[in-house]
Amino acid sequence: MSELFEKAAVYFEYPFVRYAIIVGVLISLCSSLLGVTLVLKRFSFIGDGLSHVAFGAMAIATVLRISNSMIFALPVTIICAILLLRTGQNAKIKGDAAVAMISVGALAIGYMLMNLFPASGNISGDVCSTLFGSLSILTLTETEVRLSAILSLAVILIFIFSYNKIFSVTFDENFSRATGTRAGAYNLLIAIVIAIIIVIAMNLVGSLLISALVIFPALSAMRIFKSFKSVTICSAVLSVLCSLTGILVSVLGSTPVGSTIVAVDIVVFFAFMFIGHFKRGAKA
Amino acid sequence: MAQLTCRNLSLGYDGLEILHDLSFEVNAGDYLCIVGENGSGKSTLMKTMLGLQSPIGGKILTGDGLRENEIGYLPQQTLVQRDFPASVWEIVLSGCQSRCGMRPFYSKEEKQLARDNMEKMGISSFAKRCYRELSGGQQQRVLLARALCATQKLLLLDEPVSGLDPKVTQEMYRLIYDLNKNDGITIIMISHDIAAAVKYASHILHVGSEVFFGTKQEYIESEAGRHFADEGSDEG
Ligand SMILES: Nc1ncnc2c1ncn2[C@@H]1O[C@H](COP(=O)(O)OP(=O)(O)OP(=O)(O)O)[C@@H](O)[C@H]1O
Ligand SMILES: [Mg+2]
Repeated sequence: MSELFEKAAVYFEYPFVRYAIIVGVLISLCSSLLGVTLVLKRFSFIGDGLSHVAFGAMAIATVLRISNSMIFALPVTIICAILLLRTGQNAKIKGDAAVAMISVGALAIGYMLMNLFPASGNISGDVCSTLFGSLSILTLTETEVRLSAILSLAVILIFIFSYNKIFSVTFDENFSRATGTRAGAYNLLIAIVIAIIIVIAMNLVGSLLISALVIFPALSAMRIFKSFKSVTICSAVLSVLCSLTGILVSVLGSTPVGSTIVAVDIVVFFAFMFIGHFKRGAKA
Repeated sequence: MAQLTCRNLSLGYDGLEILHDLSFEVNAGDYLCIVGENGSGKSTLMKTMLGLQSPIGGKILTGDGLRENEIGYLPQQTLVQRDFPASVWEIVLSGCQSRCGMRPFYSKEEKQLARDNMEKMGISSFAKRCYRELSGGQQQRVLLARALCATQKLLLLDEPVSGLDPKVTQEMYRLIYDLNKNDGITIIMISHDIAAAVKYASHILHVGSEVFFGTKQEYIESEAGRHFADEGSDEG
C-alpha cells in the first residue's frame, strides 16, 4: 500500500501530472452537465453519432498531419451536430437513420484513411487510442491540455447561464415555444455544446466511451434524486469523483484511463440503483 | 382591435386540410369554448393559434397590445417522460421563462409570482414534490399554475378537465371561471363538456362538419348547438 502512495507522490511531483488531473476533472464535470438533457430529450443517439463523427475528423486530421487535431475536429463536429439537428426536425430521412448513416460512414472512412495514409508505424495503436482514449492521460500535449481546459470552462459557463432555459426546453418544448421562448435557438445551443463536450472528452476516454461519460452520472443521480437541480448537481459531483478515482487508479495501476473511469462509473451506477431500490422499498 | 383574430384560417398537417376558412375573433375578457367531436381539429387549431405550426392559409393576428410572450398554455397531454426529474417548484417557475427574454436567471418578482400562483392553485404544500409522483388532478393544477406564470392576459387550455373526477372537475371550472371574472384573463378552452361550456363560456366555437361561432346565447338557439345538446342528453 505505502508503495502505491509513494508512487503517487512521485507522480504528483510533476506539474504535467497535476495539469492532466485538473483537465480530467474539468472534462468530466462538463460532460456530466448535459447528461439529463441528453437522456431525456432522446438526444443520446445524436451524442453517439457525433462521437463517431469526431473519430472520423480526428482520423482526417491525423492524415493531414494537422499538429493539433482538436482544432480540426471541433468545427467539423459542430457542423455535423447542426446538420443532424436539422434533419431530425424536418425529416424526410428519419432522424435516427440519418444519425446512423453519418456515424457509421464516419467510422468507416476514418478507419480507411488511417490505413491508407498511416501517420505512424503503429496503425492499430493509433486507431485504438482514438476509439478508447489515450493509454494514459499523461500523454496529452500541453496545447491539448490548455485547449481542453478553456473549452471546458466555456461549456460550464454556458451551461450555468442557460440552465433555466435548458430546463424549460427539455421539460416541455411545446410550452416554451408557445409562450415565446426561442426553443429552436436553445436546441441549437445544446447541440453545439454536446459537440464541444464530445471533442474534448475524446482526449480522456476516446470516441466509443464518451456516451458512458455523459450518461452514466445522470442515470445514477436519477435513481435517487427527484428534481432537475439536485440531479444536475449530483451527477456533476459523481462524475468528478468517478473520474478522479479512475485517473488515479489508471496512473497507479497502469490501466487505460478511459475504460477505468467508465468502470468506476458503472460501479457507482449499480450502487445508486441499489440505494434507489432500497429507498423505495423502505417507503412502501 | 380584438386580442386574437383568425381570418379565413385553413389548417392541417402536411398540406392536408382539416379545417377550412375559419374566421373568428376573441376580445379581451372573453371566455371562448371550442367544442367538436374527437379528431375534428380542435387541438390543431390551438397549436396553430400558438404558432406551434403554421396555417395552410389565412392569418392569425394579435392585437390589443398582446405580445407573443404573454400567452399561457395548458397542453392536452404533456408528454413528460416517465422518469423526468422535476420538482413542482421548478415546473411552475419555468412558466416565468417567457418574461426573462435573454436574462439568464429568475428575478425576485418572478419567484414571488410563481409562489402566488401556486397558492392560487392550492399546490403550495407540495412545492418540493416530484411532478411525476403526483395524481392527474394535482399535475393539472401544476401545469395551470405554470401557464398563469406565463400570462396575465390570455390563457389557452386544451381539455383541462380530462381525466379528472367530477368534484375536481367542478373545482377546476371554478378556478378557470374566477381567473376570467376576477383577474380579467381571456380564456380559450377546448372542452367536450357542452353543459359546462354553456354554463361558463361567453362565446362558443363549434368545429367539425358544421362550423359555428357566436355568443353562447346564439349557440343554444342554433342548429349545431341543439344537435349537440340532444346528443349529449341521449348519452346521459
Ligand atoms: N401530428 C399529426 N400529423 C398528422 N395528422 C395529425 C397529427 N395530429 C393530429 N392529426 C390529425 O388531425 C386531425 C385533428 O386532430 P386534433 O388533435 O386536432 O383533434 P381534436 O379535435 O383535438 O380531437 P380530440 O377531441 O380527440 O382531442 C385528426 O384527424 C388527426 O388524426
Ligand atoms: Mg385534442
